[in-house]
Amino acid sequence: MDNLPNTGRPGAGTLPDTAPPPGLGDESRDEYRYGFHDPEEYVYRAPRGLTKEIVEEISRRKGEPAWMLEKRLEGLRLFQRKPLPRWGADLSDIDFDRIHYYIKPSEGEERSWDDVPANIKKTFDRLGIPEAEKKWLAGVGAQYESETVYHNLKREWVEKGVVFTDMDTALRERPEIVKQFFGTIIPAGDNKFAALNTAVWSGGSFVYVPAGVTVDIPLQAYFRINARDMGQFERTMIIGGPGATLHYVEGCTAPTYSSDSLHAAVVEVIALPGSRVRYTTIQNWSHNVYNLVTKRAAAYEGATVEWVDGNLGSKVTMKYPSVYLLGRGAHAEVLSVAMANDGQYIDAGAKAVHAAPDTTSSVVSKSISKGTGRAGYRGLVQVEEGATGAKAAVRCDALIMGEKARSDTYPYMDVREEESNIEHEATVSRVGEEQLFYLTSRGLSEEEAALMIVNGFIEPIVKELPMEYAVELNRLIEMEMEGSVG
Amino acid sequence: MKNTPTEKNLVLDNLYVRVEGKRIVRGVSLTVRPGEIHALMGPNGTGKSSLALALMGHPRYDDVEGSARIGDTELLDLNPDERARAGLFLAMQAPAEIPGVPMADFLRTARRELGLEDLSGMKFNRRMKSELGLMGLDGAFAGRYLNEGFSGGEKKRAEVVQLRLLEPKFAVLDEIDSGLDIDALVAVARGIGELVAAGTGVLVITHYRRLLDHLPPDMVHIMSGGEIVRSSPGMELANTLEAGGYEAVVGREVTA
Repeated sequence: MDNLPNTGRPGAGTLPDTAPPPGLGDESRDEYRYGFHDPEEYVYRAPRGLTKEIVEEISRRKGEPAWMLEKRLEGLRLFQRKPLPRWGADLSDIDFDRIHYYIKPSEGEERSWDDVPANIKKTFDRLGIPEAEKKWLAGVGAQYESETVYHNLKREWVEKGVVFTDMDTALRERPEIVKQFFGTIIPAGDNKFAALNTAVWSGGSFVYVPAGVTVDIPLQAYFRINARDMGQFERTMIIGGPGATLHYVEGCTAPTYSSDSLHAAVVEVIALPGSRVRYTTIQNWSHNVYNLVTKRAAAYEGATVEWVDGNLGSKVTMKYPSVYLLGRGAHAEVLSVAMANDGQYIDAGAKAVHAAPDTTSSVVSKSISKGTGRAGYRGLVQVEEGATGAKAAVRCDALIMGEKARSDTYPYMDVREEESNIEHEATVSRVGEEQLFYLTSRGLSEEEAALMIVNGFIEPIVKELPMEYAVELNRLIEMEMEGSVG
Repeated sequence: MKNTPTEKNLVLDNLYVRVEGKRIVRGVSLTVRPGEIHALMGPNGTGKSSLALALMGHPRYDDVEGSARIGDTELLDLNPDERARAGLFLAMQAPAEIPGVPMADFLRTARRELGLEDLSGMKFNRRMKSELGLMGLDGAFAGRYLNEGFSGGEKKRAEVVQLRLLEPKFAVLDEIDSGLDIDALVAVARGIGELVAAGTGVLVITHYRRLLDHLPPDMVHIMSGGEIVRSSPGMELANTLEAGGYEAVVGREVTA
């Protein structure tokens, strides 16, 4: 999600002063025992719907500092005031009063593996995911397992000052950094779903790589999007210190098992001068999920931000990774691939705002629509006055399979500096009879031929992915393609 | 070669093809034996390409009557991939471009689907490179996306590379000689000739004698108005054609 047609700048221009670490002194011991560490003992599920009391309860149970509660309440006020976006997919079916905004699982409340729907299990089997991971993905495993993942990685980098943990832990252990950056790139009032996330966020990743440090292996959060507990409203914050290099990879390797139908994450990336931050995600949601995610980065002088974004599954996805180029010579790169199958509406895109001289951006978007699926590209390139020498290139390609599939392209341009260079190129192609005939005439089945055409189409994105993600994406596409012809 | 049992032949028997209700091919019969070269000539629009596409099972050319068999296998009942597995190959006049699919990957998959020997990666790459070299194509073509950005001549040569790597029993080559310079033409003819010597039967659709000079046909058929109007062994018809045009061959004005 993003307030895309409104091209106003977010409050990303300057970073707020570092605040002193807010202690936990204002929380009573009584509240603290409901804290994050005891999910087995303290089960909690907020009642349906969203009220001030629920937001306060979430914050209290997490033992958060007062300033975070303030942010949450501000988010709630804005959420209640803001209308649904009037563009893109129809979101009027979302019943905000039916949703549980916070669920803290425990063993008593967890589902057993036997309760996991057969089609989800089958998916896991076909992906070849080991039993333990399957259980985790299905929302059966304990939430603690996510932290175990982080802790293993943490040991490797802790000496260099790298922080890689979940947001709740970061707020407890590094409150000063969280406070400095929280909501600075995506203010609570940015859009209705960013406001909602601010009010009820839970979980998400926190990455901080200090100045001059290069983390040369991808920081991976593999199995942590778990809709059953913390996945619905995760909040992720990634900070590359001056001259730092990092690659954060996040993925669900299977359709995320989701008992609720709304996923509204917020991802804020801060690339300080000279840093290089790459964020890669492959998401594959079950087909009853509204996936309304706000992702935005600020790139300062000489910094590079790259979004590599794969979107499969979901009922509706609205996601437009953005980069605000705030310092001279900053560079943005967005590669996205989306696949809309029967009944799905995937509205994806990218946004590059050039607010400084000599900034460059490149967007490559590939969408596939199939059956009754609908995929769209919605993008904005904005060049502000004074951003001399800015260069932007947008390329979006759509592949349509079948007579009923649909593809739309909405490229917005807002250029207020004459000394800049914008290129836009869009192609739409149908998986043609001629291509299918050609491949089948050489011995490939029609299904295999269609898959080969689709894989070829997304190849420019796939080759940018780490090996295991490339393999996963190809497998996921293969599964989406099953039974597509005939 | 010529005495191979009939069940191994490619037999077209009174084949009709309608496109959008219009009869384009009107009762074509011919038999190609393993190791034979047949040339199919005739003016544009007489149904040669329609015949080729119908034979391979193109969905827009599926309104057919009659029979087309390889041995006992009735091709007209099969999907294109099944026809390929039955041993048929069509080198297309305008091969489709498939972005993002490297030629070598595609050919390995196709070989696997056709049940051909599963060559190891290294073995396959060596073979691929040598086939490309034979057609005067750089080894880099193995990694290039299938036909994408190939020149007309490169597409034709790549079709012959595919033909040789997919080892069909019978091949229909639709204007495989168009857009080729003389060196490429000789290479293509040699590449096809080697396959024929190894037992592949081919039906060459062409306008020009020059390919046939390098690929001497056992039989030349002239098609006009959707029918085969003349058939004759050896080069005689091709020579007459080159000298006097289609009128000289058919003895009347040819119709499309």
